[in-house]
Amino acid sequence: MTSTIYIPKDSAARSIGADHVAAVIEAESAKRGISISIIRNGSRGAFWLEPLVEVETKEGRVAYGPVTVADVESLFHSAFHLGGDHRLSLGRTDDIPWLSRQDRVTFARVGIVDPHSMADYQDHGGLVGLRRALSMEQEEIVTEVTQSGLRGRGGAGFPAGIKWRTVMATVGEHKYICCNADEGDSGTFADRMLMEGDPFTLLEGMAIAGLAVGATEGVIYVRSEYPAAYDSLNRAIEIAREFGWLGSDVLGSGIEFDIRTRIGGGSYVCGEETAMLESIEGKRGIVRSKPPLPAVHGLFGKPTVINNVLTLATVPAILAEGAQAYMSRGVGRSVGTQVFQLAGNIARGGIVETAFGITLDSLVNDYGAGTLSGRAVRAVQIGGPLGAYLPVGSMNVSMDYESLLAAGGMLGHGGIVVFDESVDMAQQAKFAMEFCAIESCGKCTPCRLGSTRGAETIEKIMLGEDVSGNKKLLLDLCEVMTDGSLCAMGGLTPLPVRSAMLHFGEDFDRRARV
Amino acid sequence: MKFTPWSIDAASAVLAATCDKPGPVLISLQAIQEEFGYVPEGAVELVAKACNVSRADVHGVLTYYHDLRTSLPPATVLRICVAEACQSVGSRKLVSEVEKSFNTRMDESNKDVELKPVYCLGNCALGPSAIVNGELIGRATAQGIKSMTSVQVSS
Ligand SMILES: Cc1cc2nc3c(=O)[nH]c(=O)nc-3n(C[C@H](O)[C@H](O)[C@H](O)COP(=O)(O)O)c2cc1C
Ligand code: SF4
Ligand code: FES
Repeated sequence: MTSTIYIPKDSAARSIGADHVAAVIEAESAKRGISISIIRNGSRGAFWLEPLVEVETKEGRVAYGPVTVADVESLFHSAFHLGGDHRLSLGRTDDIPWLSRQDRVTFARVGIVDPHSMADYQDHGGLVGLRRALSMEQEEIVTEVTQSGLRGRGGAGFPAGIKWRTVMATVGEHKYICCNADEGDSGTFADRMLMEGDPFTLLEGMAIAGLAVGATEGVIYVRSEYPAAYDSLNRAIEIAREFGWLGSDVLGSGIEFDIRTRIGGGSYVCGEETAMLESIEGKRGIVRSKPPLPAVHGLFGKPTVINNVLTLATVPAILAEGAQAYMSRGVGRSVGTQVFQLAGNIARGGIVETAFGITLDSLVNDYGAGTLSGRAVRAVQIGGPLGAYLPVGSMNVSMDYESLLAAGGMLGHGGIVVFDESVDMAQQAKFAMEFCAIESCGKCTPCRLGSTRGAETIEKIMLGEDVSGNKKLLLDLCEVMTDGSLCAMGGLTPLPVRSAMLHFGEDFDRRARV
Repeated sequence: MKFTPWSIDAASAVLAATCDKPGPVLISLQAIQEEFGYVPEGAVELVAKACNVSRADVHGVLTYYHDLRTSLPPATVLRICVAEACQSVGSRKLVSEVEKSFNTRMDESNKDVELKPVYCLGNCALGPSAIVNGELIGRATAQGIKSMTSVQVSS
């Protein structure tokens, strides 16, 4: 009997040895004359257990982890390929509380399926949403997405259905669906994991968007730091064409929709949607002034839907299960689930997909089990480099768009970066300014020059030079950047800076005495 | 990594596959770099001609993107993630240790090794992250990075 063994091919799992583990398991099984079949799945997203090896048994998959090359011999000794007990046994994967407590919608298949098996995809609910969409009028699809309450997961949280409606209503011979897979925020990796672990879902979501608004072409803009995601998508696109659900005749409907990929140039600001369009057009990634909206005048001047990977990848589930099922989750105007990403100095980092409204404390301490270093948590940055630093006093905040805004922060793409008490918040504030200076597209003076001045001013504060004068100067500068920037790069860089000053003032003041 | 030595013929062959795509300048430069390891000076004019844009346009794109380079990379290329999630688990310390063990500085390049910062590699739960000659490394240490490279170290 052949044992089926799952070993993630996810980049993160590979970064700590999954390929080596797979190779050694393969070699050891050959040596022992044991027949196994290795499937390279996506990651379940419990990174503290990676490399996580799973074995198919009668009782379901059982897991072992974290597995190192040195463990392989003893694993075979324990007959792990038959589900045997071992020091690294975690029991049935579905019973691991960290996973079983989650509510996975967007990530329902990630880590479970073979990412490029159409059979697996369809066995796990793939293409149900697209088939249903093909039986609907454009108007009905847009209404379903609007009613689901799905909001953009790229950062701004704009309702997806409303954006789609504008594009649907705009007359144009050629329209585009652009997927923003630039995922530049530190602390975020959900887009990458989905593209590597369940790429068909994204393609299906884009095809549904295409049907809804009358677009025939999709473009996915993938950051260059994600070569494995890029390859995974390209392979998935080819397979989808072979199976006839992308191309000139989507599932025999006579409707055309095809997708191509583009790779970025290592620029953070190209994640801003209009800079991304410029970059896809092959130009410098300079932010465009709005209006006109991309929905009306987007890629190559054509009406364009721009959505984040997670936004589009959630659409198939909404079409398959109905708007009602999705919107029954969450709180207030933050409906559905959010794919939170636990990152930084955290003991149990990874993906936690759950309904909006969970507390930050529950994410960081219940799921995350506190810091990796074992020292006390001091600060948490939510929403990437343009997001606020929150102190421990804010840990009870409900994780939804509105509550975070009220707490002086923002959800962004859902990344949560934990820092322990060794962090120097003045240094973090300075980095926020430096990052803005490096990545600014250069169009607005407050962003381009203000960020450099901001970093210099924080440097002076750190050296204890005229601390109160320089703090006032810094706050003025933040105000100018907030008010005088065209996009959120310059406009929100003050958020981490000001929140650091507000909540961790002692880190800015203590040098004055030295 | 093996790169093709620069020649106009080889470059023209590369550009034939990219220049008729929509918005061809960036992908043409990316394709040139993939083939030759960098964008040689002579490529700017070729790309401009092939894409039917001005040399200034090509130059503008070439200088805008952090990924595009105008010199051949050395044998060992190191990228260390210095964004927030990796900072929280010691990337600043990692940078200084790697600087020491490779006898180089961040943002510097010599004939053997090049060390550059990168801002997030999507591996933020397993930081500090680095890329060593194209390979992503989680929980990176200076020693681990050293053992992956063949560069003579000064210690
Ligand atoms: C500096 C900057 C960087 C951004 N980076 C990203 C990104 O990497 N991915 C993303 O989806 N959205 C990013 N955004 C947000 C996009 O501009 C845009 O709102 C989003 O792609 C729309 O998709 P959504 O409605 O599905 O969220 C960024 C915005 C700014 C200002
Ligand atoms: S705020 Fe900065 S990044 Fe945004 S458009 Fe202005 S200069 Fe460019
Ligand atoms: S911040 Fe370093 S990998 Fe994301």
